[in-house]
Amino acid sequence: MNNILTQIGIENYIFLCVTLFCVGIFGVLYRRNAIIVFMSIEIMLNAVNLLFVAFSTYHQDTQGQVFVFFSMAVAAAEVAVGLAILVSIFRNIGSISIDNLKNLKG
Amino acid sequence: MDTNLALVLLLTPFLGFLINIFFGKSLGKSVSGIIGTLSIVASFAVAISFFLQINQTQKPISIELFDWIQISKFHVSFGFLLDQLSILWLLFVTGIGSLIHLYSISYMHDDENMHKFFAYLNLFIFFMISLVVGSNLLVMFIGWEGVGLCSYLLIGFWHKNQEYNDAAKKAFIMNRIGDLGLLIGIFILGNMFSTLDFASLKTAIEGTKNLDTYWLSIAALALFIGACGKSAQIPLYTWLPDAMAGPTPVSALIHAATMVTAGIFMVTRMHFLFDLTPEIQTIIAVIGGVTSLVAATIGLVQTDIKKVLAYSTVSQLGLMFLALGFGAYEVAVFHVITHAFFKACLFLGSGSVIHGLHGEQDMRKMGGLKKAMPITFWTMLIASLAISGVPVFSGFFSKDEILMTAFHHNIPLWVVGSVASIMTAFYMFRLMFLTFFKDFRGTEEQKHHLHESPALITFPLIVLAILAAIGGLISLPTDSWLNGYLGPLFSQAAHEEHALGTTEYMLMGIAVIGGLVGIGIAYAKYISKHEIPAEDSEITGVSKVLYNKYYIDELYDAIFVAPINSLSKLFRDYVETGISSVVFGFGKVTSELSLQGKKLQNGSVGLYLFAFVLGLCAIISYLFLAQ
Repeated sequence: MNNILTQIGIENYIFLCVTLFCVGIFGVLYRRNAIIVFMSIEIMLNAVNLLFVAFSTYHQDTQGQVFVFFSMAVAAAEVAVGLAILVSIFRNIGSISIDNLKNLKG
Repeated sequence: MDTNLALVLLLTPFLGFLINIFFGKSLGKSVSGIIGTLSIVASFAVAISFFLQINQTQKPISIELFDWIQISKFHVSFGFLLDQLSILWLLFVTGIGSLIHLYSISYMHDDENMHKFFAYLNLFIFFMISLVVGSNLLVMFIGWEGVGLCSYLLIGFWHKNQEYNDAAKKAFIMNRIGDLGLLIGIFILGNMFSTLDFASLKTAIEGTKNLDTYWLSIAALALFIGACGKSAQIPLYTWLPDAMAGPTPVSALIHAATMVTAGIFMVTRMHFLFDLTPEIQTIIAVIGGVTSLVAATIGLVQTDIKKVLAYSTVSQLGLMFLALGFGAYEVAVFHVITHAFFKACLFLGSGSVIHGLHGEQDMRKMGGLKKAMPITFWTMLIASLAISGVPVFSGFFSKDEILMTAFHHNIPLWVVGSVASIMTAFYMFRLMFLTFFKDFRGTEEQKHHLHESPALITFPLIVLAILAAIGGLISLPTDSWLNGYLGPLFSQAAHEEHALGTTEYMLMGIAVIGGLVGIGIAYAKYISKHEIPAEDSEITGVSKVLYNKYYIDELYDAIFVAPINSLSKLFRDYVETGISSVVFGFGKVTSELSLQGKKLQNGSVGLYLFAFVLGLCAIISYLFLAQ
């Protein structure tokens, strides 16, 4: 175990990730701007990605890093679609507050 | 050959029913009437051919069509048994049935549903035939229930009148009560002997040693309760007088000649069972005697011409059961036959009177019809003489034999039967005198329209009157053809010929004098003194009790109907309300929950996210706590 983990300790990574994740959650719950909500979701995703990488290193196993690539790809795709939707909503109603998205209810 | 003939016998009435019910309306009234009549006449012809055959060979014809029920040891086949007894019944069921059909063509011609009427009549005959010819209790039961159904349809034929509907329902329900008894009897017998076939039952009952007489008696009693329902004996007799609501041909067919005699038929059929249960036989005799007397007393004061005849039927059936109770099956059968002749004649005659008076049934508003309706008068007179037991006419022989049998077994019951017979003579001639003698008491318009009925009505009357007059010939006291004919059926014990000695002549004399006294009283009262029965409101004293039929109906109402009504009301008001509030409560709760649930789904992304996070937290905390 001759790497950075031995010097810093895995628990610090976990604390950081949980903090990041909670920041993301609170962002999602409190902000009304859809783009900020997206950003918060990205923070949550990245918190998890960081955790993956930390554990992957800790276990000397690359599987976790492979998963990170997957989740990054999925997140990128999600953002592409989500932003497109937001743009077209903005064109239609001139706002991207998620309260206005109620109107999409069937 | 026999099988085919038997099928013709059974199925032509059914074919007539099918044609009439489906095509009757388009065929027209006359055609449907003719089809209905011909189908019965065809059956009658077949019955005659069977009669000739069996009279010669003396051997019962047994026909098995197919296996019906087969469960391990228990086996019932669908078959017919044509022996002396069933063929005798067939002869008068189809014979008198044909005459009544013929009569109905004219009688029902003004009715818009005539095709339906004929369809029901045909169906009735079909079921009656299957009742009579069935080779086991179950086939008999089909017919038994079928005639019950048809009597319901026919009594309630004029269903626009609620009172008539009630009468039909009453007949149906009373019969069902009796049928329960019959079914229980059938089940017990089936359980005891693993067969329901008459022939094998007879062998089984007579062949088994150490029979369980306790259950045998219960079975016999249960069967007799069934017979009570069908044959209108105490306590199940009140339906028959009410059943007079149906068209008159129905009364003649069902309540004189066919359905009500089914009880007598069944008891005679099962004679081997009743022979072994003397205590039940005593019950039968007592019930028969009491019924006969009670119905006769009620008949004394009735003013509705058909009701008098109805009570007379109940009374005569009582006499038949009296004979059955003494094991004198031939005597009962003899009276069934003569009764079928004269009672059918009387009913059809009363129908002719009612027809002539445009629906008037109250004897207080009749009188003096002798001149206007001579054929009706003479035929009814002959039938009345027959039922009153005046010598030479058929009823004399049969009734005398019953009374003689009663005298030899049980003197009190003989007295009861004799008193009932005297009363019969009285009320029959009361009916005759009030209807046909003195002046007409109806309206002027009715008087103007008085006329003899058409030939289709008078012809059956004449035939039946002739039969009522000479019917006694089939069983003369010393030289009884009937006893010889039925002889092979019954064990010798039940078979007793009365040698004519002093006692017998004396009994005969008493019966005749009794009958004549009854007629004489009626003459003195209604011709010499010119009395007319009082209006309903003026009847007092004993007559009032009799006129209201001993308040039996009211008693039944109080004992059975009222408690059941209040019980059902209780169930309706409380139990059903409770159950439905539970059931509807489930529905209401579900719908309320869904209304609340709908509010969650309000399209607010924030709320969704909040729920999502909350769920996530819940799952995570669960996972942690579970450890």
